[in-house]
Amino acid sequence: MTAPSNPERINNGPAIEFDRASFRLNGRPLLNDLVLSVKRGETLVLLGRSGSGKTTTLKLINRLLLPTSGEVRVNGQRTADWDPIRLRRSIGYVIQDGGLFPHFTVERNIALVPQIENWPRARIESRVRELLATVGLSEDLLSRYPSQLSGGQRQRVGVARALAADPPILILDEAFGALDPITRSEMQKEFRALQQRMKKTVIFVTHDLREALLLADRIALMEDGRLVVNLVSAEFSRSGDPLVRAYLEAFSGLPDPKQS
Amino acid sequence: MNFLQFMMANHRQVLDLTLEHITLAGVATLLAALVGIPLGILITRVPRLSKPVLGGANIIQTIPSLALFGFLLPAPWIGARGGRLAILALALYGLLPLIRNTYAGIQGVDPAIVEAGRAMGLTDRQLLMQVELPLASGVIVAGVRIAAVLSIGLATIAAAIGAGGLGEFIFRGLAMVNNQVILAGAIPAALLALLADFALGRLERRLGTLRSRT
Repeated sequence: MTAPSNPERINNGPAIEFDRASFRLNGRPLLNDLVLSVKRGETLVLLGRSGSGKTTTLKLINRLLLPTSGEVRVNGQRTADWDPIRLRRSIGYVIQDGGLFPHFTVERNIALVPQIENWPRARIESRVRELLATVGLSEDLLSRYPSQLSGGQRQRVGVARALAADPPILILDEAFGALDPITRSEMQKEFRALQQRMKKTVIFVTHDLREALLLADRIALMEDGRLVVNLVSAEFSRSGDPLVRAYLEAFSGLPDPKQS
Repeated sequence: MNFLQFMMANHRQVLDLTLEHITLAGVATLLAALVGIPLGILITRVPRLSKPVLGGANIIQTIPSLALFGFLLPAPWIGARGGRLAILALALYGLLPLIRNTYAGIQGVDPAIVEAGRAMGLTDRQLLMQVELPLASGVIVAGVRIAAVLSIGLATIAAAIGAGGLGEFIFRGLAMVNNQVILAGAIPAALLALLADFALGRLERRLGTLRSRT
């Protein structure tokens, strides 16, 4: 790990920066010259359809992928220079349906990162209980396996697991995509409340415009591996960009989520 | 003298040969697991080795067992005792199911689960020990089961090179043209195979539920 040259920038600069980052797979470009920065404590929603490069963008943050050109910086340091294990343990990751380990109980799932970080037992136990309360689950569930939970419960456990070691950054990939509409709406509201309290840096991937408008401080719309617009959430609906218009059109039959 | 009377009259020898048979097949299966499981793990980590390793194990499998015993006979130390030689040959036969099942078991773990583990900052080793191997354990035990049943069956031929086991009765019975004596070897060997299949099958189903807990 190389020490960053300018510690000032580390403390005050953006949490995440994409500097003309591209990613190609077997010659096929999945992401083109992405320039984007995410401020500390900000919630950025990456909006776009399947194949637009949203998930690739997320994976560049926690170094599941390295950019084939350009660079991605987390806390001012290039992801290529980070120890991948340290980097990933400082970034909570939530995927669709929780991505829980099927052979671990709820307790072990949530405790995994603190455990591999060698926290003392008592601290892990109290942390797990605290997190369950945070995501609104009963302690009765601790000894259950993921298959014994409802979809919404699994998703809550997934969020608790990502928060376990109190990472400053949280990335979520279609996190609520597998939930029924009512549970989904509940989770969105709870997540927003949680985020206002925790003030973590959040990058949230979704293809659902309503979800984006509800959760985002800023929305980055992607298409074909390119960033189309990057707007403060309130300005998004007023944008004249044709793709934004197309999105608004597609969701126009629905009531304005800001009023719900 | 019918079969049961023969068994009663020779129960001492039947027991001895059965124990010998279990030792041959058991040690061979253990050896095959000790080599096959790590090899199976290795080829999930170094994919370019998977073809040669699986191909090699496949070729061993196609050598007729009597010929394999014959090949190994001149080998130093190993060839000196029938028992050693038989164990080595049986272990070689057990390699393929163990390598193949370990490989297939690990490859078959849901990629989303593996990626979630990696994204959480598990090291390669932690990912293997805490996620991949436990979730592959049902399929790996199925490999052990195939290897064990195979060894128990093939071990009867080991008597041809003086390794003992229940094959002794079979070969003796063939020479004497006496069906009772043949059955005294064949039936206990078949029962052993069924017993191993049943016991390992239960373990396999138990471990298999780990994976279905999704």
